[in-house]
Amino acid sequence: MGLGEFLFLLTGLKWTVALSAIGFVCGSVGGLAIALLRTSGMRGLERLAAGYIALFQGTPLLMQLFVVYYGLALVGLHLSAWVAVSIGFTLHASAYLGEIWRGSIEAVPRGQTEAASALNLKYASRMKDVVLPQAIRISLPATIGFLVQLIKGTSLASIVGFTELARAGNIVSNQIFQPLLVFGIVGILYFLMCWPLSLYGSHLENRLAVASR
Amino acid sequence: MNYVLDFTPVFDGLPDLLAGCLGTLLLALGGMAIAIIIGIGGVILRDSRRKPIRWAVKGFVELIRNTPFLVQIYFIYFALPLAGLRLDPTPTAILALGINGGAYAIEIIRGGVQSISRGQVEAGLALGLHKGLVFRLIVLKPALRAVFPSLASQFILLTLTTSVASAISAYELTSVAQRIESESFRSFEVFGVITLLYLGISWLMMSFFSTISTRYFSYPVK
Repeated sequence: MGLGEFLFLLTGLKWTVALSAIGFVCGSVGGLAIALLRTSGMRGLERLAAGYIALFQGTPLLMQLFVVYYGLALVGLHLSAWVAVSIGFTLHASAYLGEIWRGSIEAVPRGQTEAASALNLKYASRMKDVVLPQAIRISLPATIGFLVQLIKGTSLASIVGFTELARAGNIVSNQIFQPLLVFGIVGILYFLMCWPLSLYGSHLENRLAVASR
Repeated sequence: MNYVLDFTPVFDGLPDLLAGCLGTLLLALGGMAIAIIIGIGGVILRDSRRKPIRWAVKGFVELIRNTPFLVQIYFIYFALPLAGLRLDPTPTAILALGINGGAYAIEIIRGGVQSISRGQVEAGLALGLHKGLVFRLIVLKPALRAVFPSLASQFILLTLTTSVASAISAYELTSVAQRIESESFRSFEVFGVITLLYLGISWLMMSFFSTISTRYFSYPVK
């Protein structure tokens, strides 16, 4: 494998990072909305959010990408593969992050919410200033765990035809006929992205476990 | 934009799709069986007295958990023939799913084993139970009971991951769907219906696990 092929893999890596970042950032916004709906106390909204989560946690990511990709074209939106795939990952991440953050919001002791209400804090301030800062701390290990899952998940965009790291690997391996070498290197590149995050996640988890003892 | 949804190709292909569902279930169950074996074996080896073995298990877990399944399945697909093992795509996919699920199973089951207090094991040995029996009855079963919910959700994730096996054209639902799609060009209809089938499969799996949970892992112990 020459330098040119390796640089091509790095271009793929760039798109993997970009796709993960977009999925995670936009998914965080969506996930927060889902988590708030899920804990809103209004029956209809809670059901709706729960249904959304169940739908996305009960179907393969690959299918979600396919359906979003072809579904958007169907309603007349002819977007580039890049945008369609980003929307797919955003919807996917919203469901998983929503479920993680629902759990963390519920893990904040009820007394906190009650005390805030007693101090006449309204819903927005109660959430923003009292509940969410504590919930975020609790949710951090699981959130980082999901980020790792999302980075690995972006490899599925290659099946839809989007050229990121896994697909770049596929292309190079078809050119130079050394699949083991190429996929080995691709695997190492993914590992270098995910492993530090995993280590950081378990470090936070241990610290949280000590703090709550 | 006058697109009319047409589900005829999907309904014509329904027998094939249902056969594909069985293929998916086969991949999932085969993968889980291997994952359980790797999981339990890995937990035993992880407490080995030899340092290289402990490190090998740790390295295996970290390596698998931090790389995408798609890359793993490609790697295994191309590596097996070099190792002199010629397998069809479907057994290859089952093996890859088992290896992937096994790494997660090691991590999960280890958590359960660590929750068993040392005194339990000593009590078992003091009662004259054989070492293997102590492991099976006193360590493994309560450990599995403790971690069963996480193990079950990991296995549902594994079931959903089977769709990636279509990348090496193993026989399962997604590859059947892709064939029907390429013949009919009814992409949205095909993948929409498949998504619902997957939803059904994962619900089936959930009820399967809750049955196992009440049947084998509930108190009072049978």
